[in-house]
Amino acid sequence: MKTMSRVHAKKLVEWAKDKPEVLVLSADLTSNTEVKLFREAYPDRFLSMGMTEQNIVSFAGGLAREGFVPFFHTFAIFIYRRALDQISMSVAYPNLKVRLVGFLPGIMTPGGATHQATDDIAILRALPNMTIVEPGDANEVAQVLDSIEDIDGPVYIRQLRGEVPILFDENEPMRLGRARPLREGSDITLFSSGICTEEAMRATAVLQKRGVSINHLHVSTHKPFTDPAILAAAGQPKYGVITMENHTIVGGLGSEVAEVMAEAGVGKKLVRIGLQDTYAHGASRPYLMRTHGLDAMALVQKAEKMVGEKLNISEEDLQSVRLQAMHSDAKAEAL
Amino acid sequence: MKHTILILQPRNSVTIQGEKMSNNNWLTEAKNVAQGIRRQVLAHTIKNNGGYLSQACSSSEIWASLYTRILNISASEAPMIPAPFPGVPSAANKNYFTGQAYNGRKSPDLDRFFLSPVQYALVLYATLVEVGRMSPEGLAQFNTDGSTVEMIGAEHSPGHEITAGSLGQALSQVAGIAFARRKKGENGRNWVFMSDGEFQIGQTWEALEILSFYKLNNVAVIVDVNGQQADGAMKDVLNIEPLDERLKAFGAHVIKVDGNNIEEIVAASEVIPDGKPLVILAYTSPYCGIDLLQSRFPTLHYVRFKSEEERAQYTELLTELEAAL
Repeated sequence: MKTMSRVHAKKLVEWAKDKPEVLVLSADLTSNTEVKLFREAYPDRFLSMGMTEQNIVSFAGGLAREGFVPFFHTFAIFIYRRALDQISMSVAYPNLKVRLVGFLPGIMTPGGATHQATDDIAILRALPNMTIVEPGDANEVAQVLDSIEDIDGPVYIRQLRGEVPILFDENEPMRLGRARPLREGSDITLFSSGICTEEAMRATAVLQKRGVSINHLHVSTHKPFTDPAILAAAGQPKYGVITMENHTIVGGLGSEVAEVMAEAGVGKKLVRIGLQDTYAHGASRPYLMRTHGLDAMALVQKAEKMVGEKLNISEEDLQSVRLQAMHSDAKAEAL
Repeated sequence: MKHTILILQPRNSVTIQGEKMSNNNWLTEAKNVAQGIRRQVLAHTIKNNGGYLSQACSSSEIWASLYTRILNISASEAPMIPAPFPGVPSAANKNYFTGQAYNGRKSPDLDRFFLSPVQYALVLYATLVEVGRMSPEGLAQFNTDGSTVEMIGAEHSPGHEITAGSLGQALSQVAGIAFARRKKGENGRNWVFMSDGEFQIGQTWEALEILSFYKLNNVAVIVDVNGQQADGAMKDVLNIEPLDERLKAFGAHVIKVDGNNIEEIVAASEVIPDGKPLVILAYTSPYCGIDLLQSRFPTLHYVRFKSEEERAQYTELLTELEAAL
């Protein structure tokens, strides 16, 4: 599997080159949120704001009212938990063009419950005027900026940093409000988001070989959640629908899909993979994904239960899957 | 409309909006405006059996100073009778407006005004009436369904530009606006009316750190230090004094004035500190001009009459104020 490093850091500098209205606000986490290069490239457009997150969000609202486009970078957790009232009243209510770029979503950090943004989508999804996006691979990390550029209102980007896998064809850019079809199948419909998509792709490749065909869509827009392809896919499977997210099952992707299915009267079983209404603690990503059932094996187990069959898939089977950048209409064999 | 019975005309026959009065009469006029604000809010409180009367008592001189002398703003560009609520802001709502146009046009060299504790909205509306920026019929819409003349003002309310009802957020928003305006080369000052209670809030101090760090001397804050909050006297609820020393320690240029003295307020407003935000601490009396209120101390946040007898006392006072015009 190929990866790319510090994608956002480089992309932001290039992308903002001819956009003098773009300002970056940092809350003492400049290297940690990949905006050090931006600071070096455009020192006049970089604002060091210290650990004043509530102030920063309101300040960003003020900048946006005067025509600037502030990009507030910090850890996701410190945006929505610490400054929710400010997001709601200084930014979302007046529908201002502010970008909230939150890093270390879910269990991506060993920093424990204080650093793990495990309920950000649930909370921010409840705010009117918010748009919420979540890249799932290195190309989407870069493409997300273009995908939201035209939104004249607040956007929360659940962003990935550091070494990020390349999973999708870079010639098929992320599109706002459009799920990305990764595999066609008729037994189970699977919706995955963020880092869970990589895990899901490992599992679906093996499941397919064992005769379970899966219709897999990667979701990068949590709000607005209006893609007709999602409802269409949810209504099709023989057995049921599975969602898989690096977030609590309360209010995130699982809830988004559940709402769409219920409102349309889709009578299919829904299984939500994600944090089961719990906090996590400080530990490694693989450990936490295993412990909380967010990894490829967790999906295999849920799929087995859904089709009522033991498939004898081993950890080695899953790890041996070679993930390559996927064209959306790639045949299963191409894996 | 519900409240059409008792509409007070503004006392000032001359339209004083949009120009600073340069003749020697300005102080007299400003004092009249201050008294007019008190009278409007008192009449409103009697009519509705409740209102933010103490806030008018403490801050009338601040408002009169701002709107007759301090703010360098143009004539109102908003309708004298406020338009109805246009619906909340959204991508789909193209009709949303803010109440900023009551403070004139936006221009690089002109000042902007922001009310932070929008529980003072009634006092701001009364001020707009007294200085000829809104008609008395606008004030009569206060807290009626479908009106923008809301009890706790929001950005669509006359004279308001931002949504500040969750206290302590306005100063940060104005810091952002002031930073942006300076970056665009604009010279206008950015005035914020604050309450002393907001200095209990952490975000206020975060904002001061930023104002100081970025040397935003285009921000000027005027604080109604009336020593009062919803639960009572601030010194008993949560003391914030010595406020001047605390503010100085955070890098502000602080001037203490008698907040019921227009000349002192105006003199302080003319200071533009070198690389520091200006904070004018206007020490006021929460019952200035209406001594009757003193008996209700320290519960002054929202005045609701306890009996018809009490209401009659205030009505009598209103009659006296009217007669003194």
